[in-house]
Amino acid sequence: MSTLSQKAAAIRQPAPGNAAGTAPPVLSVRDVRITDRAGGREIVHGVGFTLVPGRTVGIVGESGSGKTLTCRAALGILPAHFEVSHGSIEIEGRDIADLSPAQWTALRGSTISAVFQDPASYLNPSITVGAQVAEVLRVKKGVGRRAARREAVELLDAVHLRDPELVYGQYVHELSGGMLQRVLIAAAVAAGPRILIADEATTALDVTVQAEILDLLADLRDRTGLALVVVSHDLAVVAQLCDEVLVMREGEVVEHGPTREVLHHPRHDYTRLLIAEHQQYGLEKYLAVEEDA
Amino acid sequence: MSTAGDPRTAGDPRTAGDARTAGDTSPSHGTGAASAEPVLRIEDLAVHYGPRRRRRRALHGVSLSVTPGETVGVIGETGSGKSTLARAALGLVRASAGSIAVDGEDVTSHGPRQWRALRRRGVIQYVFQDPLRSLDPDLTVGTSLAEPLLIQGRDRDEADRRVRAFLARVRLDPDLLDRLPGELSGGQRQRVAVARALVTEPRLVILDEPVSALDSANRVQILDILKELRADGVALVFISHDLGSVAGVADRIAVLYQGELVETGAARDVISAPRHPYTRLLVRSAPTLHSAPADRAERAALRALLHI
Repeated sequence: MSTLSQKAAAIRQPAPGNAAGTAPPVLSVRDVRITDRAGGREIVHGVGFTLVPGRTVGIVGESGSGKTLTCRAALGILPAHFEVSHGSIEIEGRDIADLSPAQWTALRGSTISAVFQDPASYLNPSITVGAQVAEVLRVKKGVGRRAARREAVELLDAVHLRDPELVYGQYVHELSGGMLQRVLIAAAVAAGPRILIADEATTALDVTVQAEILDLLADLRDRTGLALVVVSHDLAVVAQLCDEVLVMREGEVVEHGPTREVLHHPRHDYTRLLIAEHQQYGLEKYLAVEEDA
Repeated sequence: MSTAGDPRTAGDPRTAGDARTAGDTSPSHGTGAASAEPVLRIEDLAVHYGPRRRRRRALHGVSLSVTPGETVGVIGETGSGKSTLARAALGLVRASAGSIAVDGEDVTSHGPRQWRALRRRGVIQYVFQDPLRSLDPDLTVGTSLAEPLLIQGRDRDEADRRVRAFLARVRLDPDLLDRLPGELSGGQRQRVAVARALVTEPRLVILDEPVSALDSANRVQILDILKELRADGVALVFISHDLGSVAGVADRIAVLYQGELVETGAARDVISAPRHPYTRLLVRSAPTLHSAPADRAERAALRALLHI
């Protein structure tokens, strides 16, 4: 545990005052609409939230709800033909609308970072995973070869990979899905970003492994003041980690509020449906509601 | 990983399971079903893979029985042996020890021909995660569904009537009869696979991850259909890594860990009062709408206990 906190401190300086939630927002999304220029259709009809260091916002919705497009807009990686047609996105107070590709490259990894569902497809199969984490450090932080290797091993340790020295020299095909997702998280936080977007990052994993990854994200947030955006089709995954939830459906935010409020007093029928599904076909059927009033 | 205080179910897990069912005050039909002759009885099953010198144990000492109208959920993660269990129950892999009886018939050493006869009689059917594995991509939905009935020697009119009835049961429009599986959505395809498993009115259906590839609306629909089957006395074995889905439909739950059943009991008891540390870890790991942050520490302790 102490290695994690030391490493976490090295990942970034804890933001002062984040406990009170008074720090200035690191990510502001204001009434963002996203249009497919090719089809001339608006796909996302107005999403807005503000994220301060050490806090977590969750976006829930099925495929096609616009949750992933919203994240991609914040990362500056919208697919071809798609554009933010209305509203604004600010990262650390800076509007991202007219960033040049070079400015984006400087921002990604060191300020805003992301992990997605299928970790294997984001790693090069012919280079050891450790070298790929070290590469982030060398490119983003200008760390020398030897120091980058040492720091990469420390990062692999910080994401609770057992025997990080061994893992450093292994290839994608030698590691399980859960281990690969840890490697990807290590690479994502290597340059000390202030915002991490986890888009269905645990969807393909076994339930015990999913819990470990979610615990790891919560640890990083609590110890380093990282701000998290957690995107999932599962309301329960989001509920576990997030202070605030947006429920999206067909490009629309149908409900937005503090997690507890949304779970206990859902206002929209779709949110009620998501909750009812859990009560009918979920562990909630047998587990008493814990006292959290 | 066995220790002196090993809390895994000792001896025959069924005995422990039935004891729990008897103590269950909820109006489950578990007690009534327990007296009926099991449709599936697996005793002390072991399965090994690989050549003699590099034999790997996939299942060991697994005992499980399922009575008519009962849904037994088998939960396990990657590598737990859950798909091997499904394959063994369907005669697709050979048992290296123990016995399997389907509808009172010992099938342990059945060859492919005997298994085919069993399936032809419509005693046992299956649904897999990927419906394309159980549906011929070149046959229309109508042909696929009628085929098992025609093989049984029923006439075309009767087969057609039944196909339509079962299509309605899985909430699919008769318009789909002329379509190919490739023209359907994933959810529709899986419902066709369920209908195909049901047309011959089997006594037992083995479902291996039937809802894992579906979005939540389709998942709920399939689970609703499975729940309705119990009233008809069909026995279901629902194998999945998804605790929530299993908890939603199963009367009893068996937990598979590293090739062994570590706990079997009434669904309510296994979820609300798990006894084996691995079951506790599973239950504490599955995110719920009311997950408490305190679970994090408990999970860490359980992982340490299990050395994982």
